[in-house]
Amino acid sequence: MPLYLQNLVIITTQILAVTICVILTVAFTTYFERKVIGYMQGRIGPNRVGIKGLGQPFADVIKLLIKEVVIPSRSNRYLFVIAPLLSLIPALATWAVIPLTDGFVIADINAGLLYVLALTSVGVYGVLLAGWATNSKYAFLGAMRCAAQIVAYEIAMGFALVGVLMASGSLNLGEIIASQSGGFSQWFIIPLFPLFMVYFISGVAETNRAPFDVAEGESEIVAGFHVEYSGVAFAVFFLAEYANIILIAALTSIFFLAGWSSPFEGWVFLGEGNFLREPSFFWLAVKICFFIFVFFWIRATFPRYRYDQIMRLGWKIFIPVTIVWIAVEGVMVWMKVGPWSI
Amino acid sequence: MAEIQNYTMNFGPQHPAAHGVLRLVLEMNGEVIQSADPHIGLLHRGTEKLVESKPYNQSIGYMDRLDYVSMVCNEHGYVLAIEKLLNLTPPKRALYIRVLFDEITRILNHLMWLGTHGLDVGAMTMFLYCFREREDLMDCYEAVSGTRMHATYYRPGGVYRDLPDTMPKYESANNKKKKDLERLNYNREGSLLDFIESFTERFPSCVDEYETLLTDNRIWKQRTVNIAVISPERALNLGYTGPMLRGSGVEWDLRKKQPYAVYNELDFDIPIGLNGDCYDRYLVRVEEMRQSNHIIKQCVEWLRDNPGPVMTDDSKIAPPDRMGMKDDMESLIHHFKLFTEGYCVPEGEVYAAVEAPKGEFGIYLVSDGANKPYRVKIRAPGFAHLASMSEMVVGHMLADVVAVMGTQDIVFGEIDR
Repeated sequence: MPLYLQNLVIITTQILAVTICVILTVAFTTYFERKVIGYMQGRIGPNRVGIKGLGQPFADVIKLLIKEVVIPSRSNRYLFVIAPLLSLIPALATWAVIPLTDGFVIADINAGLLYVLALTSVGVYGVLLAGWATNSKYAFLGAMRCAAQIVAYEIAMGFALVGVLMASGSLNLGEIIASQSGGFSQWFIIPLFPLFMVYFISGVAETNRAPFDVAEGESEIVAGFHVEYSGVAFAVFFLAEYANIILIAALTSIFFLAGWSSPFEGWVFLGEGNFLREPSFFWLAVKICFFIFVFFWIRATFPRYRYDQIMRLGWKIFIPVTIVWIAVEGVMVWMKVGPWSI
Repeated sequence: MAEIQNYTMNFGPQHPAAHGVLRLVLEMNGEVIQSADPHIGLLHRGTEKLVESKPYNQSIGYMDRLDYVSMVCNEHGYVLAIEKLLNLTPPKRALYIRVLFDEITRILNHLMWLGTHGLDVGAMTMFLYCFREREDLMDCYEAVSGTRMHATYYRPGGVYRDLPDTMPKYESANNKKKKDLERLNYNREGSLLDFIESFTERFPSCVDEYETLLTDNRIWKQRTVNIAVISPERALNLGYTGPMLRGSGVEWDLRKKQPYAVYNELDFDIPIGLNGDCYDRYLVRVEEMRQSNHIIKQCVEWLRDNPGPVMTDDSKIAPPDRMGMKDDMESLIHHFKLFTEGYCVPEGEVYAAVEAPKGEFGIYLVSDGANKPYRVKIRAPGFAHLASMSEMVVGHMLADVVAVMGTQDIVFGEIDR
């Protein structure tokens, strides 16, 4: 078998494996969310389908699959159908550059960070097109809000990542993790704490989650951009939203909590060969789960921001904070204080 | 150059935040509201006309269905009007029971308001917390009247029956464990009064819990402070009553200013706001819940120490007791007359108002001496509040419309009648 064919088979298998894993994780993330929020609100959450309700996500998927997809007669049908795909594909494609363990990454490209930024921006087009193609005032308002919000928060996110870039000296996600090796004290969350907060909160805003869910603002514009979507088309939006949540959780862990490396690296008293000391996928999973939990925790706690307040938070608070901290970080690098050495 | 026009948006009647069936036609410049035009009448049932065609007592149930989250307060207004015309004073125990249930209803209503207001503004957890406590109060309704919502408990001359000595308990079902049952029934072992008392002891900490989620929350404050500010003068001119008026800083509460039942014997304060914005109205209502809790405590204490009749002894108004009917001709005749013809109310007209949780609920009753009212006019507090919707939201954004609807605490049962 020629080499390029071998590569093709290997890479396709890897892509399929990662995609299926992400989609399965999405299914159980919805279950996780309903359970977490349920217990926070003094109820039990789904507990009827399967053991402890674990079959609920699959029941939901089947329900959505056999429902009719209604396409409004005055909508633009092509854009209407393409829009959900446009928001799902980038959410899945970004996983190509995410290093899952030491050495496993589908595409080990040098500009991984830029690739991530680019693809998360593309994902917004799905929402925009959905709102536009539906030809409904509610959906239109949702799309407008989403567009304005994304512009503001993309900038804040980008600046926060500039800080990570300065600290690690690389755009490659694997190298960003490697530059944080050496246990908890070396993680970027310590020197870059303001950037970490800005990045994570922007991530919540970027995925249109509460309290930044004005684009779908359930009690204001009903469901915003996906007000007219039903059945599979709605399911795809849903899938994209949750895939994005997991993605933001993964990226936050990689950029600020050193991804798959262990917080106890080099702790002698844990014993030689203890898996807690070793970098592994386990640590990435733990960190991702924690951030997903925080997403749901926030949703259960806070009221929703108003559209203009989101803008103010993005432009007047987050962007100045990131710029100031980048300057501070620059001075620290120049004076050679801090944990990194460039 | 193309002319830029405002566009109109149809908000409701099928809208998750429309609080029932409100239809608002919003004229918007981008997200900013230029005018809001409420269209009402989608829940019109002709209550006022229905009341004219029935003997007095048969219309009590209609009152429950007006403002269907403050049920017995509406009944109170209606029976108060009839009692005024009949010149009838119910026994004191009945008055205390009425106050007890009026205040339970006030908490019920304010919990409903807090839950939906929170949900409108996006704090979905509030809704479930509030409904958790509402469930216990609903059980009080059920224990005393047999139904969870539309109690039909008050009668001209008193209340339908005395408070029960036992509290219904949860029963074992196949998926309930013994430990769960014990946990659910721990405060249901004694009488209804014991149950209510255990609620009053628990409730202040529940209100504290709600407040930790909202009162100092920055997002909550951003969404409510300086939204829909109404000055005291303007509030009076618009016909505001209840927490809406008090939120604007006008100290006006019928329970203090025109005491009915036994409110003049009870100790409570009326909170007022300073700025007249959504946040002040929120604070006023939260404090009202605490004050209601305080009133309930006093009522429970009094009712424990003072047993007695709960219905007037005027046998032309009050139904005879069941045992008496078996061997007493007089009672049997009274029973037959009361449940067919009812009673006649002397000619005249009267206005009676109570401080319902949403504001002044008034009944204007005209009697021509027959067994049915000649005319009943219902003064629903929510109607005046909704009428000012446009004034409250102009210049604010779409998301604030929802917050304003929450702060008005409107229920379409009473507005459309």
